[in-house]
Amino acid sequence: MPPGGAPLAVDVRVKRARSAAGETVEIISGLAFVLASGEVAALIGPSGCGKSTLMRIIAGLDLAFEGRVDHPPGARIAMAFQEPRLLPWRSVEDNLRLASPQSIAAERTALFDALGLLDHRQHFPGELSLGLARRASLARALAAKPDLLLLDEPFVSLDPPLARAIRADLARLIASTRLTGVLVTHDVEDALDLADVIYVLSPRPAHILGEVRIDTPRALVSARRGALAAEVERLRHSLKPT
Amino acid sequence: MLLVWQAAAHFANPRLLPSPLAVLDSVRLHTASGDLPRALAATIARVAVAFALAMAAGSALGYAMGRAPVLDRWLDAPIVVLLNLPALVLIVLAYVWIGLNETAALIAVALNKLPNAVVTIREGARTLDAGLDEMAAVFGFSPAKRLRHVVLPQLAPYIAASTRSGLSLVWKIVLVVELLGRPNGVGFEIGTAFQLFDVASLLAYALPFTALMLAVESLLVQPFERHAARWRPARS
Repeated sequence: MPPGGAPLAVDVRVKRARSAAGETVEIISGLAFVLASGEVAALIGPSGCGKSTLMRIIAGLDLAFEGRVDHPPGARIAMAFQEPRLLPWRSVEDNLRLASPQSIAAERTALFDALGLLDHRQHFPGELSLGLARRASLARALAAKPDLLLLDEPFVSLDPPLARAIRADLARLIASTRLTGVLVTHDVEDALDLADVIYVLSPRPAHILGEVRIDTPRALVSARRGALAAEVERLRHSLKPT
Repeated sequence: MLLVWQAAAHFANPRLLPSPLAVLDSVRLHTASGDLPRALAATIARVAVAFALAMAAGSALGYAMGRAPVLDRWLDAPIVVLLNLPALVLIVLAYVWIGLNETAALIAVALNKLPNAVVTIREGARTLDAGLDEMAAVFGFSPAKRLRHVVLPQLAPYIAASTRSGLSLVWKIVLVVELLGRPNGVGFEIGTAFQLFDVASLLAYALPFTALMLAVESLLVQPFERHAARWRPARS
C-alpha cells in the first residue's frame, strides 16, 4: 500500500531481467517499489546498471523479465527518452499533436511557454539544439497528461547550466500539476530537484541499496540538500566490493 | 545537340540518319494519322500498370524481408536469381507459359522490376530507427499511424530511388515486351519501322516517348523527392 493513502500509480516487482539480446547477462537482480499517485521517484545508479532497462520494462517495451509491473487499468504512460526521439519530418508542434491527438492548442501553448519553446513550435527537430530538442521531448511527454511519466536521463550530456535551467522548468511543472513519475538518473542533483523519494541502485545486476525519502516541503529542500546528498552518497558506497 | 545531329545528318546517308526536320515531319505524319498517340497511350498504360504492380508487391515484400530475418533467409536466393535473370528469358517464358496476351506482358515487366524494388526497400527497412518505433509504441500509435508517420517517411528516399531506377527499367523492358508479343505500342511500331528500315519513323516514335519519360521524371519524381526531404536541414 503506498504511503499516505493516495491511489497507487505503479507497483514494480522485477525479480530478474536479462539483456535485450537474450544473452545470459543479468541486468536486474531484484527491484521492487510502489509509487503513489502524485509522487515522483528517482532511481539513481551508475551508468550501465540497468536503469534504462527498468524504464523499458515499466513502459512495456521490454518483456524479457521475470516479475510484474502493475498499473491501474487504463493508466496512460508517457516517456521522455534519453535521446529526444522526435519525428524529424514533423514540426515540434506536430510531434506533440501526433503523440497526443487529444491535446488542445491552448494546452500545448502553455507547455511551450513553460519550457521556453514558444518560438520553436513550427521548427523541425533538425533545426533545434540538443537542449531544445530535449525540451520538446519533455513537452511531448507532458502533453499526453500521463498518469505515469517516465523520464530516462532527461538532462544527460547537456551543459550543467542548461541542465539546471530545464530541470527548474520541469520542477515547476511537476509541482503545479501534481505529476506522477519515475526519473532515472546518475546525477543526485536531478533527484533532489524533482523527486519525493530516491532509490539508490547498485551496479549491474541492479538491486536497491536503500531509499532516501525527501519529506521536507519542496521549498525547504535546499536547506537540507547537503544532508540528503550525503545520505545518497553513503548508500551508494554501502555495497562492499567483492 | 540538335546542331550536332543536323551536321551529322548533312554528311550521313539520310536513310541511316534522317535530319531533325525529316523526323519532325514523320512525327507530324504519325500524329495526324493517330498512330503515334495511340501507341504512346498503349505503352504508357503498360508502363504505369507494370510499374505500380512491381512497386506495390516489391515494397511490401522488401519491407517484410527487411523486418523479418527468417523471411529474408528464405527469399534471398530467389530474389538474387530473379535479379540476375536476363529480361528476355522472363519475357519469353511468360509468353510461353501464360500466352501471348496482356497479362503475360504485364507480369513479365513487373517481374523484371520486382527484385530491384525488393532489394532497395529491404535496405531501407533494415535501417528503420528502433528508437522511433519504441516512441510510437509508448505513445500508442495505431499500426496505420505508425506506417504513415514513422515508417513511410523513413522509407521515402528508398522509395524515390526505387521509383527512379524502376521507371527507367520498366519503360525499356515494356518496349521489348511489345516488340516480341504485342500488336500495338511504341515497341511494336519500332519493330515495324525496323523491318521497313524506316529510321525516321523509328525516331519519330522513340523521341516523343523519351520526352514523355523525362517529363514524368522531372514533374513527378523530383518534386516527390524534394517534398520528402523538406525537413532535412540544408547541407552546407
